[in-house]
Amino acid sequence: MRIELERPPSRPAILPGRPAVELERAGRVFAGERAPVVALEELTLSVAAGELLALVGPSGAGKTTLLELICGLQQPDSGRIRSAPAALMPQHDLLLPWMDASENAALALRIAGIPRTEARRRAGALFGALGLEGFQRARPRELSGGMRQRVAFLRTLLSGKPVLCLDEPFGALDAITRAEMQEWLAGALTAEPRTVILVTHDVEEAILLADRVAVLSPRPGRLVAELEIAIPRPRRRTERELQELREQVLELLRAGAR
Amino acid sequence: MSGRLRRGAPALALALALLGAWELYADLSGLESAVLPAPHEVAAALWDSGGLLWRNFAVTAEEVALGLTLALAGGLGLAVLIHLSPLARRAIYPLAVGSQAVPIPVIGVLLVFWWGFGILPKLVVIALICFFPVLVTTVDGLGAVDPNQLKLLRTLDASRWQAFRLAELPAALPAALSGARIALTIGVIGAFIAEVATPTTGPYPGLGRQIMTDINFQTARAYAGTAILFAFALACFGGLGLAERRLTPWSTQPRGDTP
Repeated sequence: MRIELERPPSRPAILPGRPAVELERAGRVFAGERAPVVALEELTLSVAAGELLALVGPSGAGKTTLLELICGLQQPDSGRIRSAPAALMPQHDLLLPWMDASENAALALRIAGIPRTEARRRAGALFGALGLEGFQRARPRELSGGMRQRVAFLRTLLSGKPVLCLDEPFGALDAITRAEMQEWLAGALTAEPRTVILVTHDVEEAILLADRVAVLSPRPGRLVAELEIAIPRPRRRTERELQELREQVLELLRAGAR
Repeated sequence: MSGRLRRGAPALALALALLGAWELYADLSGLESAVLPAPHEVAAALWDSGGLLWRNFAVTAEEVALGLTLALAGGLGLAVLIHLSPLARRAIYPLAVGSQAVPIPVIGVLLVFWWGFGILPKLVVIALICFFPVLVTTVDGLGAVDPNQLKLLRTLDASRWQAFRLAELPAALPAALSGARIALTIGVIGAFIAEVATPTTGPYPGLGRQIMTDINFQTARAYAGTAILFAFALACFGGLGLAERRLTPWSTQPRGDTP
């Protein structure tokens, strides 16, 4: 896959030598009904440019909050966050039902002021690379779950931002489609490297795709451990090394929950 | 065509049954035809006075068309204002609700005093009656957009205006159209009220005023005029149903059938 991206000149590219994303003792607290809820506590984390970091943790570990902090949708209550411009691929595809697939994928281009027809043409030209050829004019509800996720991914990619925050991108898919999409994403990122932060429940998915896995504890979200995944690509989910790492991460998750 | 016929059959059967019952009741009850004309008398009046009723109908139809245009523009405009500005919401919404309680005859005289015996006071009355459903449904529709969708647009650096145009406005369109359908349907009775509440000069005062004149001396013709209003409301409602399908093809909301 080859996806040419026009980066608006106002956007700083990733600075060489500096991490793309840096969190320094970042914390986030929400007002709860009785007591304040600490979503994230003193989280220190950095992601190198071009790295794929997977964040695993139980529900309520503040993973989505973390992504929204990185994308600038929320501000930390304590600590510091610095990130290159980041685009979010939300948990649900959130495709706009009144636009067809190519218009949805072209949303960022439209927002950048490119006329509708031109934006649509540019996005539509990439559909083939995602196995979506012929579906440019389909409405979201006419697409399968996997196709919708791919359109949403293309929309994220076309934002031209160097950091991609993927929030459980395949969580809503059936097992077979999910496996297909994981392989597809691995291939896409090999061809088109980006800095990616992948939030997932699925430990196997994390190990299959990531350069590094960060394990979060249940609320309040703290960093329990970080693991480098040195298995050469392409990775197969049946590999023994991968299975061992999976057990290790699961053990860390269990330990973090205690 | 046969499909449409089949869909229309229940309404047609019910209408025929009601007409039959009415005919029987008019014959058997001993009521004078000045009080309750039988359907066949109404049909005869429709036939005999077709020209007069048609010209009056043309006046009323124009009032409805223009009055509704005013109502749609006003309802949509105010809804957008209320949606975008909390201050406007607090300022306008209570007045809009209160406006629906104003008895039209109270202001009818005032409107005529301001704008004379022409069409304008009638348009204002129709707009006053009809803008409200459009306003309420559109405000709700604009507010019902998925907040996550707006969040997503923010990560793509959309401005407030872009978020409004790309997400909120299309999201509100089905609701706004439902409001427009209600407005269309009550627009016809709105025109009636407008004609009765504001006097007119000119040869054809409109169907509403014609009915009010006829009800005392030409009861059958008053009923014939009513039948025309009935059919008109039905046609308006159906017409907008078609427009909805064209304007919001993505919508999966249940719609009323085209009558």
